[in-house]
Amino acid sequence: MTGTPAAMDKRVTFKGLWLPLLLVLPQIVITAVFFFYPAGQAIWQSLYIPDPFGLSMKFVGLGNFEYLLGDPYYRASFLTTAVFSVLVTVVSMGVALWLAVLADRLIKGSGTYRTLLIWPYAVAPAVAGVLWLFMFNTRVGVVTWYLGVLGYDWNHVLNDNEAMGLVVIASAWGRISYNFLFFLAGLQSIPRSVIEAAAIDGARFWTRFRTIVFPLLSPTTFFLLVVNVVYAFFETFGVIHTITSGGPQQATTILVYKVYADGFVGQDLGSSAAQSVILLAIVSVLTIIQFRFVERRVHY
Amino acid sequence: MATLSLRDVKKRFGKTEVIHGVNIDIEEGEFIVIVGPSGCGKSTLLRMVAGLETVTSGEIAIDGARVNEKEPMDRDIAMVFQNYALYPHMSVFDNMAYGLKIAGTPKGEIAERVEQAADLLQIRDFLARKPRELSGGQRQRVAMGRAIVRKPAVFLFDEPLSNLDAKLRVQMRLEIRQLQRELGVTSLYVTHDQVEAMTMADRMIVMNAGHADQIGAPLEVYSNPATEFVAGFIGSPPTNFFEAGGRGRIGVRPEHLSIVEGAGAGQLGATVANAEPLGAETLVHVRLENGSLLTVRQDGAAPIPAEGTGIGLAWDGRHEMRFG
Repeated sequence: MTGTPAAMDKRVTFKGLWLPLLLVLPQIVITAVFFFYPAGQAIWQSLYIPDPFGLSMKFVGLGNFEYLLGDPYYRASFLTTAVFSVLVTVVSMGVALWLAVLADRLIKGSGTYRTLLIWPYAVAPAVAGVLWLFMFNTRVGVVTWYLGVLGYDWNHVLNDNEAMGLVVIASAWGRISYNFLFFLAGLQSIPRSVIEAAAIDGARFWTRFRTIVFPLLSPTTFFLLVVNVVYAFFETFGVIHTITSGGPQQATTILVYKVYADGFVGQDLGSSAAQSVILLAIVSVLTIIQFRFVERRVHY
Repeated sequence: MATLSLRDVKKRFGKTEVIHGVNIDIEEGEFIVIVGPSGCGKSTLLRMVAGLETVTSGEIAIDGARVNEKEPMDRDIAMVFQNYALYPHMSVFDNMAYGLKIAGTPKGEIAERVEQAADLLQIRDFLARKPRELSGGQRQRVAMGRAIVRKPAVFLFDEPLSNLDAKLRVQMRLEIRQLQRELGVTSLYVTHDQVEAMTMADRMIVMNAGHADQIGAPLEVYSNPATEFVAGFIGSPPTNFFEAGGRGRIGVRPEHLSIVEGAGAGQLGATVANAEPLGAETLVHVRLENGSLLTVRQDGAAPIPAEGTGIGLAWDGRHEMRFG
């Protein structure tokens, strides 16, 4: 349970400096090229306004930030992002946990069930987006047609809430597999005898879930919470791009999509860079908050 | 307090029958030990009584009422697990109070009962700690405490001492027995250790490959084993089995064999293989002409024959055990 001094000594230690350095070098190089360099450039660019052809740059200090924070569209995007990421996280984690609890109770056929549930994870976000788009297409979509039969007129191209609902479902869907795997592994690592002891102590299924299973699952839940929020912030770009392109009327323009829309479509590279910097700061703060405050309530 | 009875209880996993019909009536306050080697079905039997395994056929009744179809929580039992199965995220107090909280016991009474049990088990100082901050012996006590506070009709123990070191095991053995006498709760205790069975049981069930070979008081089982398996399993060192002349296969306990000086003396000739002096007694291992080894237990003060000497073995006919 606790590390004894003898166990600590077994940790591998290197005598020289060069070998460990060489071993971590690939990771450092990748992080430097694909994260530190672009992040540094974004910070640099956020202080300038370049002309649309990239021939000249004008230093504006914090002007880009000042302009952004005064922009009602940008502030609206904050709210959109909050709603979107909360919904994606809650839906994908909730459904995954529910499926994992069911799979954990299965004795026969759990392997098949598990394999089938993992498949969506292998589908690229953009492809998943197209898939859902086809099903909900306002003219030829299967689901749209059935909803029409039921008397509901689905049109996410015009309706803000339906658009949001669709991108949330499409984003959460691909994430359920991943969350499911972690939840199932978490559930299966809880000793059977602890559950049996609770049953003998008088706890029925939901009481056991609430008082024993869920608390013992909290390290997994915490990990997934961090990972899913980051996912909702960044990796849902493909889904939104294919399904709504941020519309209707910016209803699904989350911050990361606005970075793209303003930078590559609107050619306002200075503002786009400033938005990237803000996004970077938000995610850092969120992660720190999660580790500082949520982790305290986690039982390892 | 309650009676517990098993009527022709059988268990099948798929097509394999692992328990072939066990019958016993346990009286109020009795301490019953189920003993047998691993794989004999003893834990499965206990888990059926707990409601953690379904009963394939037969009937289990607590206080005369059939419980086969009842869930574990509806059977009024408490169980101590081999790995203790404490709730790792709860304090010792909460571990012990868990069942009472679910039953809706008032807070004041919960605290009173938990503290009372903690005093009894000498774990009062650890009530605020988490299980991971306790030693194996302390965890064992918490597991016992969790069972005691609920005042169940029946205690079930599934090899509760097998994760403790030898010294602690002897101490806990005594404490569990004493505690059970004080509380007077009917108990069913599973172990593979025949010493635990002998020292703790009012009556024991010796299990062999899914059969209850014998049910009886420890000394009665020891002196009158019903099968060769029981004779071999109960007692340490085990009973010697050998062919004696034309009289077939017989069993004689090590303490009933004695060494007679001189080759050709006694009822059976043998040579001394080696001796283990334990102080109070000496175990002398002797080899028969056909190569099989027997053990003789003699007083520690008796002379120890040298290795390789030819001796004779003698025993009283009254101590011969024969099985079908």
